Amino acid sequence: METGGGKEAAVRSMAVGAIYKTSTKDVGTPGVLRMVRSVPPSPSPPPPHAFPPRVRASWADEDKFSFTPIDPRSSVKLNVGFRSIKNQLLAKVDASKLAPPPPLWKLCKDKGGGYLFVLGNVANREKCREFVARVLEKHQGTVPPLPKVIPEDPTASTGSEQLSVERRKKLLLEDSDLRKLHMRFIPGNVLQESEFWERRKHLLDDDANNASKQRPGLKNVMHDVRPLADGWTNTVTFTTEIIHQIFAEKPAVYRAYFDVVPKKISEKEFWKKYFRAENLVRTKNIAAAAAEAAEDEELAVFLKSDHILAKEAKLKIKQVDPTLDLDADAGDDYIHLLDHGILHDGSKVSIDTDGELAWRTLSQDLNRHAAVVLEGGSSESYCSVADDSIHERLAKVARMTEIEDLQAPQNLQYAPLCIKDPREYFDSRQAHALRSLGSSSDVNKGQDYSLSTDDVFCRLMYQVSSIELHKLNCHADHSNVALKVINELDQMISRARRCNLRNPHGNLLGRLPLRTQDELMDHWTAIQELLHHFWSEYSITSPVLSNKVYIAKTGPKDQGCNDTDISKSADIDDGLLVAWIRCIIGAICDLQDIKESAQPDLRHEISQLVKPMTQALDAAFSYDLEQQQESLSPGTNPTGFEPRRKSSGLACR
Amino acid sequence: MTSSHSKLYSDDVSLVVVVVDTNPFFWAEAALPFANFFEHLVHFVNSILLLNHLNRVVVIAAGVSSCAYIFDSSDATAPGGAGVAATFDKTKHKVKEFIDQDALATKGNSSVDSNNAASLLSGALSLALCYIQRIFRSGTRHPQPRILCLQGSRDGPEQYVAVMNSIFSAQRSMVPIDSCIVGTQDSAFLQQASYITGGVYLKPQELNGLFEYLAAVFATDLHSRTFLRLPKTLGVDFRASCFCHKKTIDMGYVCSVCLSIFCKNQKKCSTCGSEFSRVMPDLNSMPDQSK
Repeated sequence: METGGGKEAAVRSMAVGAIYKTSTKDVGTPGVLRMVRSVPPSPSPPPPHAFPPRVRASWADEDKFSFTPIDPRSSVKLNVGFRSIKNQLLAKVDASKLAPPPPLWKLCKDKGGGYLFVLGNVANREKCREFVARVLEKHQGTVPPLPKVIPEDPTASTGSEQLSVERRKKLLLEDSDLRKLHMRFIPGNVLQESEFWERRKHLLDDDANNASKQRPGLKNVMHDVRPLADGWTNTVTFTTEIIHQIFAEKPAVYRAYFDVVPKKISEKEFWKKYFRAENLVRTKNIAAAAAEAAEDEELAVFLKSDHILAKEAKLKIKQVDPTLDLDADAGDDYIHLLDHGILHDGSKVSIDTDGELAWRTLSQDLNRHAAVVLEGGSSESYCSVADDSIHERLAKVARMTEIEDLQAPQNLQYAPLCIKDPREYFDSRQAHALRSLGSSSDVNKGQDYSLSTDDVFCRLMYQVSSIELHKLNCHADHSNVALKVINELDQMISRARRCNLRNPHGNLLGRLPLRTQDELMDHWTAIQELLHHFWSEYSITSPVLSNKVYIAKTGPKDQGCNDTDISKSADIDDGLLVAWIRCIIGAICDLQDIKESAQPDLRHEISQLVKPMTQALDAAFSYDLEQQQESLSPGTNPTGFEPRRKSSGLACR
Repeated sequence: MTSSHSKLYSDDVSLVVVVVDTNPFFWAEAALPFANFFEHLVHFVNSILLLNHLNRVVVIAAGVSSCAYIFDSSDATAPGGAGVAATFDKTKHKVKEFIDQDALATKGNSSVDSNNAASLLSGALSLALCYIQRIFRSGTRHPQPRILCLQGSRDGPEQYVAVMNSIFSAQRSMVPIDSCIVGTQDSAFLQQASYITGGVYLKPQELNGLFEYLAAVFATDLHSRTFLRLPKTLGVDFRASCFCHKKTIDMGYVCSVCLSIFCKNQKKCSTCGSEFSRVMPDLNSMPDQSK
C-alpha cells in the first residue's frame, strides 16, 4: 500500500507485510515493512554564507525503511536509511512450478551484506521494487532530485528524464576530459550524478537550446520531380518541401497558386496542371502544349515564361551602373532571345521555338536555384522587388552625373606608399645563412669580382689617399640618419624581445613533456571538481571536524590510507566524508609522486606547477575559527578557495 | 663562463681590438666607399678613447693575403691638435703600406681567386688574441678586452678550422667577439663567433649611419652591457665546413677522436690519424697470454 496524498505531498510512504530473514536459511521474522521517501522541497535561494551545513544531504536522509515485527517481544527491528543501500536484488519466481519459491527481495548495502525480505506475492514485491528504485535513482542522480515542476503526465516526465540522460551520454561521448572526470568520481561514489551534472547545466541546456534555434535551410540540390509512368498514368510524388522550393524558384507559380486556389480549382487540380505543364515542356511536346495552353488558362500560365522573374531581372539590370557594358550578360536574362544554352536533358535550345513557351536553359535554372538557396528561401522572397528601386536608380544616375561633371575630388585621403622591409616579417635570419657560405651558386652573388686584382687595389689605394684629416665630417649632423638608426635598433631589440616571449620554453607548462602536461592538467581538473563539491558539502566548520580530519590525515601511514583506518582513527561515521578525505589525500599523494618521478631538469618546473594545487588541497583541510565567523556574517562573500591563515600540515606517505 | 681570479679587471676600462676588413675586391663594389667607412671608424675610435682615459684601441687590418696592426692607441704621440694629426698621418701611412704589401702578397699567391676572395679573418683574430694575451701577461691590472670585427666580404670556407679555433680560444680567454657586417651578406663565422663568445652581432641597414650603430651598440664596456639590452641575433647558422674539401655541409661524418668533420666516409682521419674501418679483434678468440 502506498500513500502519498496529492501531487504536492512532501513525503511518500509505503507499508507492506513481509518476513525479514537474516539469511536464506533463516526462518524469518514476520512483520511490517514501512518505507518512506521524501520529495524534496521547492528550490529556495541559498543561505548567505559560504559553507551551508550539508543542506543538500538533510532531506535525503528522510528516505528510509523500517521493519517492525508483529511479535512485540522480538528484538528484530530495523530502521535503515536508503543512503546506505546500494541496489536491490530479486529472486526469480517460476509460477509454473507446483511449489514456486517465495518472492525474495534483498536490499544490498554498499559495504556488503543486506536485508532479505520475503513478501506476500510478486505484485507486492514489484511495488516495493519500484518504490526503492525511485529512491535509489534519486540518490544516484539519474532522475534530478529537485524537479521544478511536478509533471502531470508521467510519460512526459519520463520523456524529459530520458532526454536528459541521452544528453549526458552524448556529452560524455564527445568530451574525453569530461568522461575521465566522470569515471574518476562517479563509480567510486565520491560524487553523485546530480552533483556532477549540476555544475554542467549550461552544457545540457546549450545542447537543448542549440537544437531548437537552428532552422534548416533550403537544400542546395535542384529537385526535378519526374512522374512515375506505368503506361496508363503518370504519378508524381512530392512533399511540402518541394512545394516550398517551387514557390521560391518560380514566383509566377506562387502567384498563380494564391490566385486560383481554392477559388477556382482545388489544390490537387492545381498541381496536376503544373506537373502536366512541366511534363509537356520536358518532352518538348510543342503541339500538345500549345493546344492545352489554348484551352486551359491555368496551364498556360505554367507554360509561359515567368513574368515576375523577368521583371526582377529588368529591375536588376536597371540598377547596374549605366556606364557598364552588359552585352556579356545578355544571354542570362529573360528579356533576350534564347539562342544559346542547353536544356535539362542536354539538348541545345533550337532557335525556332515557340516564343510563348518557357524554354528555360539549365544555366538559368541553376542560377535561379542558387539565388534562392543563398537568400534562404523565405516566404518574403517570393514576391518581386518593389518599385521604389527606381528612386535608387535615379539617385545613382545623379551621382554618376556628378562625377562626370569632373568635380574636384572630395578630400580623398590616402595612405602614403610604404614598402616595408620583408625581413621584418620573418623571425629568423637563417635564410641569410644559406647565401653566406661558399656554395657555387652564391659565388657571383653580392660582389662582382670581375675587376682585376691590380684595379681593385688601385681603387682602394686611391680611396685611402683621399682621406684627409681636415675633411673628416662630423656625421652627428646627419640627424635624419641618426633617427633612422635609432628606430631600427629599437625595432630590432623589440623584435628579439617578442621572440623570446613567444618562445615556448619560457612557459612553465610548455617545457614539460606532453605526457606530463596532460597528467598535470587532468589532476588539476579533478582537484577543482573535488574541491568545488567539498567546499559546498563537507567544509570544515567546527573544531571537532577539523580535529577528526587532522587525525585522519596523520593516520596510520604504514598501512596506507584506507577507509577503515581513517574512520576508525578519526571516529568518523560518515562514509562519504571518509571518501572525500581519501580522495583529497590521494590527490596530494599523486602530486607528490609526479614531483618525485620527474626528470631532474624538469623537477623545478613541475614543483612550481604542483605547488598551487597542493596549497588548494591543504586549504580544504585547514580550519580557521575567526575566519569562519567572519565569513558567516552577512555582507561577506567569501570564495571557496580563500587562503587560510592557519593551514594544517600535510602528512602523506 | 666563470671569471678567472688571476686576472684583475677594471670595471669600465676596455681594450677594444678592431679588425677592419680591407679586402679590395669588396671595397671596389661596396655601397659605402672605403673613405667614408674609414671616417666612421676614426670617429668611433675617438669615442672609445674619450670614454675613459685608460681605454685602449688597437686596429688590425685584414687583407686578402695578410694582416697587420695599423693602429695602437698606446703608441699615440702627445695629446693635442698636432698629436692627433701626427697619429692620423701615421695610421694612414700604415694603411697604405699594408695595402701595398697585401697587393704584392695577393699577386704572388696563386691560390687567391679574384672571384671568391675572402678576407683573412682567421689571421686577424689570431693577431688580436695574441695581442690580448700579451696585455694579460704584462701586469696585474688589465682592461677588459673585446674584439670588434668590421667585415664586409664573404666568409672563406677554407678558413673554417682556423676561425673556429680562434673562436674557441677567445671563449677560453673570456674575450667576447662583436661583429658588425658592413657588406650585403651575413657572415656565418662571425655569427658563431658572437654566439659562442657572448658578443653582439649586428648587420646595419643604414650604412651612412655606421658611426651611430658603432656608438650605440659597440662602444659600451662589458660591465655596462649587463645593464643594457643590446640587439640579439634571432638565428645563427651553425653549419660547418668539411675538413677535407672546405665545403659547407649540413650533414657529414665526425671523427670520434678529434671531432674533425668530413663530407665523405673515409678510412682514416686526416687530422688525428685514427682509422675508421679497423675491425676490433674478437677478445674471446685471442689466446690467453697469462697461461
